[in-house]
Amino acid sequence: MADPIGIEIRNLYKIFGPQSAQLMQAVRNGMTKAELNERHHHVLGLNDINISMPAGRIQVIMGLSGSGKSTLIRHINRLIDPTAGEVIVGNQNVVTMSPEALRDFRRHKTAMVFQKFALLPNRTVLENTCYGLEVQGIPQGKRVAAAMHWLERVGLKGFEKKYPNQLSGGMQQRVGLARALANDAPILLMDEAFSALDPLIRVDMQTILLDLQKEIRKTIVFITHDLDEALRLGDSIAILRDGEIIQQGTSQDIVLRPADAYIESFVREVNRGRVIRADAAMEPASGPLPDVTVGGDCTLEDAGRLMVQSGTTRLAVRDMQTGRPAGTLSMERILAAITQRAPGHA
Amino acid sequence: MDWLTQFPQMDDNRLRDIKKIIDEAFRGFTRAYGDSIETLFEPLRIFMVQAERFMTGTPWIIVFALIIGVAWLGSRNPKVVAATAVTMLLIGYFGMWEDTMKTISMIFVCTVISIAVGIPLGIAMARWNRMQAIVNPVLDVMQTMPSFVYLIPVVMLLGIGKVPGLIAVVIYAMPPVIRLTNLGIRLVDKEMLEAADAFGSSDWQKLKNVQLPLALPTIMAGINQTIMMALAMVVIASMIGVQGLGQPVLRAISNQYFTLGVFNGFAIVGIAIIFDRVSQSFGKRLQKHSEVVHG
Repeated sequence: MADPIGIEIRNLYKIFGPQSAQLMQAVRNGMTKAELNERHHHVLGLNDINISMPAGRIQVIMGLSGSGKSTLIRHINRLIDPTAGEVIVGNQNVVTMSPEALRDFRRHKTAMVFQKFALLPNRTVLENTCYGLEVQGIPQGKRVAAAMHWLERVGLKGFEKKYPNQLSGGMQQRVGLARALANDAPILLMDEAFSALDPLIRVDMQTILLDLQKEIRKTIVFITHDLDEALRLGDSIAILRDGEIIQQGTSQDIVLRPADAYIESFVREVNRGRVIRADAAMEPASGPLPDVTVGGDCTLEDAGRLMVQSGTTRLAVRDMQTGRPAGTLSMERILAAITQRAPGHA
Repeated sequence: MDWLTQFPQMDDNRLRDIKKIIDEAFRGFTRAYGDSIETLFEPLRIFMVQAERFMTGTPWIIVFALIIGVAWLGSRNPKVVAATAVTMLLIGYFGMWEDTMKTISMIFVCTVISIAVGIPLGIAMARWNRMQAIVNPVLDVMQTMPSFVYLIPVVMLLGIGKVPGLIAVVIYAMPPVIRLTNLGIRLVDKEMLEAADAFGSSDWQKLKNVQLPLALPTIMAGINQTIMMALAMVVIASMIGVQGLGQPVLRAISNQYFTLGVFNGFAIVGIAIIFDRVSQSFGKRLQKHSEVVHG
């Protein structure tokens, strides 16, 4: 298994239009998206993006349509060329790579899963899964073995000989996932990978991805417009609006401390009990500790369920790093955290 | 006020001179290079002669079995095969076997050349917009220019015979395969190309694995059209010495032999329908994977 590598995006700008290079300075000097569109008929796709994506974690980029999230992910494997800025993967700058180096980088360092699956209709599931390895020039026997392994892992054993058209959307995207995983690249780019699936299948696929990630430890960049999905999958979340990042942080940061009214309006619809962790809602321990203990990463919903089951109203919370009790969580604290509105934005 | 009632045209003498100069120049060109151009096309002539020799020299029963076999391999449809057999037997029974064989061999050679030249050209057009801008008007001319007009220089250069006839047929029949190859490749889903790029495909891998397979139904429609248009040229080609079903039709026209014309006309229609059905169901069979759609 390839070692995970991080991705560093620095001062990335993308202007769409024929004179993008000349307009770069104006944008640097603070011209807004609206002005650029009005005066020069150019579209500001990305405006000074800076993200540091740690190796081996899931980085979610969330935004509504038109926010530039799909544009951003395409800069990581340079399906789109930036107007200015750097994309550093490991110790290589993707932006300055020669075409050959870029092809090599795409073959060995990244794999991508697409919203509309993008499977070849004239190839069987197995042949589709082999595609990345075939492009790399890996011998037939080896690539079939790898493809079969990953098809089995995503639950498609027995479907190798089918054509994509014969499968449901969820199954087609499993093929897309298996195709990307078979590449054994340290970076997995997922562009709205589950957005085209219906809600139950989507949750199913999220579970598959989280289970696989425990083992494969890839650097996953996951694009979504769905905050629930973002909160469930993301070790770290960046929220994009009109080509700008308006907040970066963990799911706790986003839900508990939304940066502005825009994010607040999303967060309002979230099931807080399933997102907020015990260690974010606990109070410092005072007096004797309760008998029942939960981990700090336990969600409030699970903590509440545990209270009901064990007939208590107070739990001890264990610090995930030291393993020692860090505080206590009462029923009131849970209710307060779930029903709370962030001050100032409501 | 002459110019109001009559179009102010070039002076008659000057016009005559211009025509004369161009004619002379072309005649000079023909005298100087005719032979070497003829040598250039020699491989084509040999190819045609060989194809024709095979179709007419082989015992009819073997050729018949071969045609039935190809119809079966192409269509896998008993109805199409039965219709092919009946058509071929009727053609033979009415005494047109030999001419039909000559026509089929000519269509075969023409189709092979059209595919060999047309598909790479179509690919190039899809790849470079400038190529498309140059080739498209040429194709327009090829399709709309009356065949007789380009027959004149071809005959002047190469004389009467198989090769000039073939060139005339190819000029007329090749545009569909070029146009539809170009169109088919341009219509390939952008997301498929993006996926191919994301996995690090080279241009050749992209062409071979994504663009050509996904454009295949359109390309097959182009090939089918090319075959049909080649058949439509059979009679005109016979005017410059291509043997086959066109010649009896030509004779029928000049001597008003109604029945002879009808028989040979229907023979052309017959093989056209066979070619069409077999090539279409072959194309459809290549796309079998797209039929079973998940409900």
